[in-house]
Amino acid sequence: MTTLTKASRRDFLKIASTTAGGLFIGFNWFSCDSPKVEVLSTEEILSQAKSFNSYLSISPTGDVVIYSPNPELGQNIKTSFPMVVAEELEADWEKVRVVQATLDPAKYDRQLTGGSGAMPHSWERLRKAGATAKFVLVAAAAKTWNVPAEEITVEKGIISHKGSGKKGHFGEFVAEASTMTAPEEVTLKDKKDFKIIGTPVKNVDSKEMYTGQPMYGLDFYREGMLHAMIQRAPFGMKIKSVDDSAARGVSGVKDVITFGTSVAVVGTSTWPLLKAKKLIRVEYEPEGDVESSADHDRIFKELLATGKAEIKRENGDVDAAFKNAAQVVSAEYQCPFLSHSPMEPENFFAHVQGDKVELIGPTQTPDRARQETATLLGIPPENVTVEITRLGGGFGRRLRADYVIEAVEVSRAMNAPVKVTWSREDELTGGAYRPAVRYRFEAALDATGNMVGYKLRGVGMNAGNCTRENNFPAGAVENVLIESIEHKSTITTNAWRAPITNFLAYAEQSFMDEVALAAKKDPVQFRLELLQKTKTSPVGGDLGYDVDRMIGVVKTAAEKSNWGKNPDVKQGFSVYFSHRSYVAQVADITMEGGSPVLKKVTAVTDCGMVVNPTGANHQVRGGIVDGMGHAMYGNLTFENGVPKQKNFDSYRLIRMKEVPEVDVHYVDSGFDPTGLGEPALPPTGGAIANAIFAATGRRLRSQPFIEQKEFSDIKLEIRRG
Amino acid sequence: MANFNLKINGKTHPVDVEDDTPLLWVLRDHLGLVGTKFSCGIAQCGACTVHLNGNSTFSCVTPVSSVGNAEVTTIEGLSADGDHPVQKAWAEVDVAQCGYCQAGQIMNAAAFLNENSNPTMDEIDNAMNRNICRCGTYHKIREAVALAAKTK
Repeated sequence: MTTLTKASRRDFLKIASTTAGGLFIGFNWFSCDSPKVEVLSTEEILSQAKSFNSYLSISPTGDVVIYSPNPELGQNIKTSFPMVVAEELEADWEKVRVVQATLDPAKYDRQLTGGSGAMPHSWERLRKAGATAKFVLVAAAAKTWNVPAEEITVEKGIISHKGSGKKGHFGEFVAEASTMTAPEEVTLKDKKDFKIIGTPVKNVDSKEMYTGQPMYGLDFYREGMLHAMIQRAPFGMKIKSVDDSAARGVSGVKDVITFGTSVAVVGTSTWPLLKAKKLIRVEYEPEGDVESSADHDRIFKELLATGKAEIKRENGDVDAAFKNAAQVVSAEYQCPFLSHSPMEPENFFAHVQGDKVELIGPTQTPDRARQETATLLGIPPENVTVEITRLGGGFGRRLRADYVIEAVEVSRAMNAPVKVTWSREDELTGGAYRPAVRYRFEAALDATGNMVGYKLRGVGMNAGNCTRENNFPAGAVENVLIESIEHKSTITTNAWRAPITNFLAYAEQSFMDEVALAAKKDPVQFRLELLQKTKTSPVGGDLGYDVDRMIGVVKTAAEKSNWGKNPDVKQGFSVYFSHRSYVAQVADITMEGGSPVLKKVTAVTDCGMVVNPTGANHQVRGGIVDGMGHAMYGNLTFENGVPKQKNFDSYRLIRMKEVPEVDVHYVDSGFDPTGLGEPALPPTGGAIANAIFAATGRRLRSQPFIEQKEFSDIKLEIRRG
Repeated sequence: MANFNLKINGKTHPVDVEDDTPLLWVLRDHLGLVGTKFSCGIAQCGACTVHLNGNSTFSCVTPVSSVGNAEVTTIEGLSADGDHPVQKAWAEVDVAQCGYCQAGQIMNAAAFLNENSNPTMDEIDNAMNRNICRCGTYHKIREAVALAAKTK
């Protein structure tokens, strides 16, 4: 359908010359445009280009520069966003250059990476940005040629008028277009006419990444810059005394400074700081609860039994349903703390000069970095600039600005430009983890195996609401009670890829398998019956999900995985809705020498229209590998406020040999695109646990799987089939 | 501090650093060759992989004093213009997500294929098992190494 929309004021600034100088000042290290292969550098194009709107500048040469405002951490937004703009502009993709925009709240809404929200938020405004620019260029050509605009066509950056035979590239009309005003209303393309969207466009940063060009925050260097590394206090502790004499003796160390519960070593290069940090002697004393994993076990038990819960959803009469049940199924599930472990450790550059601050580095939330800096220094946020580098992963860790603020603190203290770098040990011990949780599920079945009652009570460590009360099976069960309890821990936590659902989905979808088994029903059929019930007679008010779309992925996954057809393959099913997308997964296990070997995962996703199939496949496969690796191996345990696992030798991440086949499918539901950075992860743990049960009869109710007693006598493996 | 003349990417680079300084930090902090990445610092993840006389080496645990006359190759020197078969395969397969580990992956794959130009998929898995990719691009890495082997 063709859509007529109104362009937002913010997106449609007056067409003006670009200010390329300002944009590139901080990027002297970012000279990635090799003059050997490209006639004009992006800087040269921008120096003569006209800005059509916040996203788009076009030069008289016909080159198109598209700004990508959201931080790129591997979700491929820096390629996908410009594809959408270029589509509506009818640009030649070969003539498109992409530039990471700096933080500019006046130009961009929601300039952050999180919640798989960038594409659904920006889809329409990106399309409008391209469409209005095309409209003005066509109007300029019509005026120049003195022909009606309606008779003009645009293809691959070439504007043509068939009647007169006139033809020209975008650049030829840029000057004329700049005298015109962008329209308030614009017609968008019919989706069936898309030429760029839906095609596997390659990553725009490929060459720079594969030739080792500086592009990440850790690569940033400025003449005169100091380096800093920081010793942070155990959780629940504060500093009693610091002996920095040995650290100061290390050649290359300039200073040791203390702020808050941190001690920073400052010097001219990184290696002396890594050595010096180990020589700082800090005596700590408790200032809150100093927790160990044994405490967490006790806290979980106590709060699950007697803790005061917040009721998140209540339908029907739960007590009566359980009292009258023919059968009650109950189980407890638990997931540990996890670190985010992006491959690029946390780092940031800060230069505090009087009441102005320059920030450069990897952040998922540049505006938070700006606001927190402004608050710390008591200056207006406008005095803080933020340049966003490419992020070497994020997984939610870089939603926080703690490491940015550290750089600001040290720069202020040293009165110099400073880059703070975290070591891997800092990253694993420095906090802001995925919260640990424990859930108790109870299901009441009637005599025919229908689920008539459902209870979920969850305890999370700094997890906020550790349930998703309006998700499946809400709506399918008459009597429901969903409760959440939060333990305020001194151990800091943070959103971790697919927050809450990354463990809740595993627990819920495993428990659903237990209930199906008790009801003597096939797990897929059991879910479909519940979904059908939700569709015909939904229970209660709010439902967070679209039942038809969920049914769609369940049925397609059963079909694509040959569900239940091969007796030699033991399968586990899981389906979850999160971040506006629907993903069903089937894990295939074969028994080899008495051991279960995970050979394949089939995934069926409904994320609406797929913008870039390569990027989408990356997110689905990557999300599954991520979910699989952490469900199998991930575990962060504590002793006296300090994690026991301090680097990748004891904190195990999934590797090449442990990655099975992942078969990826999409359901084309005709909806606008939703995000895909997170939704493929939540179902994975449940699919695997259910397949393990199908293969071995051993039910895994805790992660990580390989550390459970169920696998003390047999080996659990993942391998390519 | 001590003086070293390092042979890196076909050129000699004099540096004056403590002799326990890992090659990684000499490359990154002293020579501005930041394509070689820091991630774990203890030879567990492979992000820092360079070639020493053609062999995959974790530069994060290689003291500069142990390098001697060895030829060091970093991602910046793997090819003149990003056209090494492995780099071309990586671009063709569109391997990267965040991209941070990929220089190390490429260096490891290039050294491996130099030793074994016609590997089986199992041999590829074994060779690439020393490099971690937190984004989980393993399927694409596997595909790209196989493609590079074919096109070499």
